[in-house]
Amino acid sequence: MLALIGKKIGMTQVFDETGRLSPATVIAVEANTVIGRKTEEKDGYNAVILGVQDMKKVRVTKPFAGQFPEGVAPKKVVREMRDFPAQVEVGQALGVDLFNGTRFVDVVATSKGKGFQGVVKRWGFGGGRNTHGSKFHREPGSTGQSTYPHKSFKNVKLPGHMGHERVTVQNLKVLRVDAENGFIVIRGAVPGPRNALVVVRSAVKKAK
Amino acid sequence: MDLIKKLNAEQAKDLPDVKAGDTVRVHFKIVEGRTERVQVYEGLVIAIKNAGLSRTFTVRKNSYGVGVERVFPMHSPRIDKIEVVRCGKVRRGKLYYIREKIGKKAKIKELLGGRKPPVRSQAAQA
Repeated sequence: MLALIGKKIGMTQVFDETGRLSPATVIAVEANTVIGRKTEEKDGYNAVILGVQDMKKVRVTKPFAGQFPEGVAPKKVVREMRDFPAQVEVGQALGVDLFNGTRFVDVVATSKGKGFQGVVKRWGFGGGRNTHGSKFHREPGSTGQSTYPHKSFKNVKLPGHMGHERVTVQNLKVLRVDAENGFIVIRGAVPGPRNALVVVRSAVKKAK
Repeated sequence: MDLIKKLNAEQAKDLPDVKAGDTVRVHFKIVEGRTERVQVYEGLVIAIKNAGLSRTFTVRKNSYGVGVERVFPMHSPRIDKIEVVRCGKVRRGKLYYIREKIGKKAKIKELLGGRKPPVRSQAAQA
């Protein structure tokens, strides 16, 4: 599917054609350079390898530079996009204009880290009452039975690290594609903090 | 962030000089199916809420004995024009107290001489 690497700029509001104000996320997409291609015959699947952001020369190690073809400067961010519909050549720069005509997109990004959180925030447990003699406030409660099975099962919802994980938000409406300035405006929120790396791809669950 | 500022500036309109206490006529475009017409809503501005692009103003009027309040987004493309009919002499920014007043107490004195720029400042929409 069609996918490009972008950067979350932040949120604002946009008037749509009916005059309604919608929440919107602005994602900047600088030129995505095609670094390589994977083919069914050779690799078992079709994919396009894209890269963005040129690196400082001193940061490039020789082994790292080896994966880039001649004439393509080493990139900081390299991502593989499977089943890319457009015909592309290695070394070609792809812009956001590829999304012209796409109505809905999915956005993949790393969510904001929330640190070590309890069950109320992390799993939405109700907790107990704070007053009237209650001694049960935000605890996790029971984690299992007694003599049998004599253990807590795996995947019991407990406190722990929350956030900073790969999150996909599906079916976000495209409000605007600006190829000239290289950005795309999407209705609604997108995971991650500002300036975070995001992957915008055409929606999987919507017919084009 | 510059992109966002640019995007907001693109959508922002030149705002007319409207303040709480003013009586305004709002020319509001209404879409009915395929046709579009302009409806004029006249009343007293009782509040302006500043929130960037979603800046709104509340217009109150008395319609057949029933108080009606409508909130308009100032930058909305559906607002054709805002006419200031009369400037009011008020001492506060939000005139919510007027909801509980009836008759003469619900009246707002006119600001004689008007504010600068002149009273009948018309904001033509781009």
